[in-house]
Amino acid sequence: MKSNNYLKDIDEIKNLMNKSSRFISLSGLSGILAGVYAIIGSAIAYWLVTEYSRGTLTLDGKIFRLVMLDLFIVAFLSIITGIFLTTKKAKKHGAKVWDATSKRLVINFLIPLIAGGLYILIILNQQKYGQTGALMLIFYGLALINASKYSIGDIRYLGFIEIILGLICAWFPGYGFWLWVIGFGVMHIIYGTWMHLKYDIKNN
Amino acid sequence: MSIINNINKVFDHRIRLGIMSILMVNEYADFNTLKELLGTTDGNLASHVKALETSKYINIKKQFIGRKPNTRYATTKLGRLEFKKHIEALERLIKKQ
Repeated sequence: MKSNNYLKDIDEIKNLMNKSSRFISLSGLSGILAGVYAIIGSAIAYWLVTEYSRGTLTLDGKIFRLVMLDLFIVAFLSIITGIFLTTKKAKKHGAKVWDATSKRLVINFLIPLIAGGLYILIILNQQKYGQTGALMLIFYGLALINASKYSIGDIRYLGFIEIILGLICAWFPGYGFWLWVIGFGVMHIIYGTWMHLKYDIKNN
Repeated sequence: MSIINNINKVFDHRIRLGIMSILMVNEYADFNTLKELLGTTDGNLASHVKALETSKYINIKKQFIGRKPNTRYATTKLGRLEFKKHIEALERLIKKQ
């Protein structure tokens, strides 16, 4: 009887520590959709480059700008979907969307991501674009690992996978496109599905 | 062999245990955050905060954000140490059963 009470105490402690320091309302479904957008986006880019640019991409060409726009739309849609579905999930759980925990999560996710993004833009300006895919994967992985301390711990493993893919991509830049598709498309779908089954479905 | 060894009377309450749990993993928390997380009333929370402060387990920092008064709570070194001891004691009690 008494031991039961102590167990309840420990449960309560764990629950409060998690709730007060981690933002756990991230939606698995938004991961799946981000992966789907990435695959559609890369299919469009692939089609643009093979059809209109004979398989090569020059920095000042019109096709390059279209590919950039394509990339931007994918990122934009992923963020909007993420915000929308996460807000919905948080509301369902009665959690606040914009509080100390989610602010901390966003800030820590953005630090490596913005540093990486600026770095990529700088070296693109210096005509060094062979490593762009690798750098995107590596910095995204670092951002996920940094954010995992403030959210569902599992996203840490996705971060490791993105970094490994990024390093492989640095070694074989020729496969950059396909590694990018695996990292941002396939991995998001696998991971989102796993998170959806583990957290969203179970807690309904 | 004393079974009540290290079980800290000050922490023997749901709200106080809750306040300490939150402050252990956060640099600080303000009154309203604690109130929301613990789902308690102003008066209830204030009395438990007071008890923890009297024992020197937490410290209180009052300040203004704009014109609004804002009170921040954080654990003291003593508080963290005592809380750890308390958790270890709980663990031992559970394992014994």
